[in-house]
Amino acid sequence: MTALADETAPASAPEAHEGPAPLLQLTGIRAAYGRIEVLHGIDLLVPRGEVVALLGPNGAGKTTTLLVATGQHPASAGCVHLAGRHVNGARPDDLARLGLCTIPEGRGVFRNLTVRENLVMASYRGVPVDDVIQRAGERFPRLKERLGQVAGTLSGGEQQMLAMARGLATDPGLLIIDELSMGLAPLIVAELYEIVAGIASEGVSILVVEQFARTVLGVADRAVIMQHGRVLAAGAPADLEAELSAAYLGAST
Amino acid sequence: MNQILIFGLASAAVYAVAASGLVVTYTTSGIFNFAHGAVAMISAFVYWQLSSPDAWDLPVPIALVLTLFVFAPGLGLLIDRVLMRRLHDAAPITRLVVPIGLLVALIQIASVIWSPDDPRQLSPFFDGKTVRFGGVNIQYHQLIILAVAVVVAITLRILLYRTRTGVAMRAVVDSRDLAALNGVSPDRVGALAWALGCSLAGLAGVLIAPILALDQTQLTLLVINAYAAAMVGRLRSLPLTALGALILGIARQAVDYNSAHMPEWLNWVTVDTVPAIMLFVVLVVVPQDKAALFGQRKDRSRVPNPSWRAVAGAGLALIAVTYFMQDLVGNKTLNTVGYGLALGIVALSLVPLTGYAGQISLAPLAFAGIGAAVMHRWGSDGNPLALVAVVVICAAVGALVALPALRLKGLYLALATFAFALFCEQTVFPRQQGFSQGTAKIGRLHIGGFTTNSDRANLVLLAVSFVVLGVIVTALRRGPFGRRLQAMKDSPAACATLGLDLTALKLQVFALSAAIAGLGGALYGGWRQQVGVEQFSMLKGALPGLPLVLLAVVGGIAAVAGALLGGLLLAVVPLVGDYHPELRDLMTVLPGLAGISLASNPDGAIAQTVSEVQANIARFRRRGEPKDESIGRRVLTMLLPPVPRLVPERIPRGGSPSAADVAVIDGELGLDWGRCRDDPRNA
Repeated sequence: MTALADETAPASAPEAHEGPAPLLQLTGIRAAYGRIEVLHGIDLLVPRGEVVALLGPNGAGKTTTLLVATGQHPASAGCVHLAGRHVNGARPDDLARLGLCTIPEGRGVFRNLTVRENLVMASYRGVPVDDVIQRAGERFPRLKERLGQVAGTLSGGEQQMLAMARGLATDPGLLIIDELSMGLAPLIVAELYEIVAGIASEGVSILVVEQFARTVLGVADRAVIMQHGRVLAAGAPADLEAELSAAYLGAST
Repeated sequence: MNQILIFGLASAAVYAVAASGLVVTYTTSGIFNFAHGAVAMISAFVYWQLSSPDAWDLPVPIALVLTLFVFAPGLGLLIDRVLMRRLHDAAPITRLVVPIGLLVALIQIASVIWSPDDPRQLSPFFDGKTVRFGGVNIQYHQLIILAVAVVVAITLRILLYRTRTGVAMRAVVDSRDLAALNGVSPDRVGALAWALGCSLAGLAGVLIAPILALDQTQLTLLVINAYAAAMVGRLRSLPLTALGALILGIARQAVDYNSAHMPEWLNWVTVDTVPAIMLFVVLVVVPQDKAALFGQRKDRSRVPNPSWRAVAGAGLALIAVTYFMQDLVGNKTLNTVGYGLALGIVALSLVPLTGYAGQISLAPLAFAGIGAAVMHRWGSDGNPLALVAVVVICAAVGALVALPALRLKGLYLALATFAFALFCEQTVFPRQQGFSQGTAKIGRLHIGGFTTNSDRANLVLLAVSFVVLGVIVTALRRGPFGRRLQAMKDSPAACATLGLDLTALKLQVFALSAAIAGLGGALYGGWRQQVGVEQFSMLKGALPGLPLVLLAVVGGIAAVAGALLGGLLLAVVPLVGDYHPELRDLMTVLPGLAGISLASNPDGAIAQTVSEVQANIARFRRRGEPKDESIGRRVLTMLLPPVPRLVPERIPRGGSPSAADVAVIDGELGLDWGRCRDDPRNA
């Protein structure tokens, strides 16, 4: 982590690029709920093939950042670029068909549908249903045994697996996960993060939001720390210890 | 015996088609389409228009195709586009009453186009041809109905559970956002669901109309019978729905057959009341589907809390206006204002029940009818003591109805109250002496030497009653009772853990609401001096009662002033048509169309106006301070061309991070990256 005044770095991000554009780039994003602005200019970047962790305490604006990035909440200012394309205002279903896979906060499963039907829903992104089911079964044998079960009756960990299976079986280019660990036992969280690491090793770029930093930092290549709707710091996980405690505990750096 | 079975089967098949259409719209759009019957009705009329020799005389197959594959789906698309698409985040009560508005509007539109005074007849398919089977003659039409029912049931089952589109439809109801994240366009799926549902309704309409009369209200009501069948399947299971239709069809035929030997104590069971009784019993007996609650949306509507100064000012102003009303307007208008005030009191009964406690009732007018009946029996000379009887009896009946319905929530509760109201209309009221002819006398109140015989005095009495009841309701909202009610609406579970007795609370608020509605009915009777079934009917008559709930919600279900507005609107709207005949058609449709406004301001007209005035005042006060975003900027953003649909070019996979990216993320953080040149606002 270098100081903000480092003058050797390129000046203006979107223009200064050579080679392929980063997978996801947010530039000066502002967003508001009604009259209350919650993001005050977020700059964020997910390089190709990397796992980026978006960290920060409750209410830092992490989830809103994801909602803007996935087209679920309008940005009042700033730009979203997906693989070099300007996608402000695009609808979430269009983004999904491009290969953006989002696992929303709190179990991204259709609770009234069966496991099989949940997997059928994944086939809207271009992969045939049978392939989706087969791949999901390979990665999560437990789901294969429960294809006929209604998803709302699965355990929390199994639901999260189903959500991930649904996302993964469709060859996403970018995977966005919100609060993977919410409400789950530490052992299951560790298991899920092993899967995330496996996915990353296949070349999928991942943006993962977490409130609890420790588990995700083992997997992430980069980390971005948010606080009060702004980016506080970013860099390699090892360099961010001080900023992390500042963000969570309010200690001064 | 076999004859009963055949007739029962045939009508069961029609119910099955209608009910499965209802199930499909509900499972695929999450909205219970109260207007399902009305869509069936209007499709039958369109079919008549196309095929009848008295009208356009097209060949039957062409007329069928145009009705079922062009008109009905087109109507569905229109309904989705104009109304339903905006409702997915609305409060439960709004989602419920907007289709009611549609139902009323469709009935009125059909009456405007096809005057009910000219009799029309649709002939059955293959009229007159029969086949003999098992010793009975079966009409071809009945056979066709049976075959259609079976084909529809199987096709729907396959569509909803075996095809990707069907799964997507159910997924959108489950979670709209998540479906979009999966690449499904929720709007497109919703439109498809409504087109399909309306086609099924049209099919039911075309099949029923030849058996029954081609009549606006009758056809609409008949499909309401299908509610009972759909409830057996808990609005999701198609096989159980078919079973429900079968039970209903056979039960009606059996009752019809035995009507002559029905024992005295069972004489309230008639062909017409069987569906309402079955609906109520099914709702109460069959356990509420837990899974149906998964996708339930939170009620985020606000409850206004006016200051006492505003309440006193508005109340005194209302009383003053009514005092001088007679000098300002003609007799007819005066009459109408009186109805409006009385209906306002009836609508006021919904404020604590629905507005505060979130319990939906469609039966306020039924309780008003009970109030009027009690008043007629004991207070026909205008004895104010009868009002005490009205309050006591209505409160007791209200609690009694609520008792079996305690477990029911949202839609199920609404339908249970709907069944109760239908039952009252069909059985209870006609048995009251004078009610069926509409000649039940109710005298105007007198207290000691003071009488309210004059219109002026009676109108002021109505206004004073409204104000007093309104003040009581407002006081409740501020006190512990109102607080408990709102807490129950927000989180029943939290209330239970805090030691609140939810059962007692629900019974109390139902009793309170019924008592207010009963008082409204008694005073309504006093104003008219003569009442009958027609005044308290849901759909029939000059002033159908179902829109009252709708208009109360339009006014603002949690606001006392909203109730008054709702009551006045219901009464005054037809009057405008009387004075301006060129507007009459518009006016008859207006109560229904008012539902459309709900989609954009779910808190109702009053709350919307108040909050806008407050916002303007606040803006005025903050003049010197920095603004959120200039209006010019906002308009500019709105005027910019919409972002075109993305070219489906997939996001690449793999690759390694570019050095520049890493440098940016590791080095440039917190720096303003400058304005993005792709942002049209920076152009």
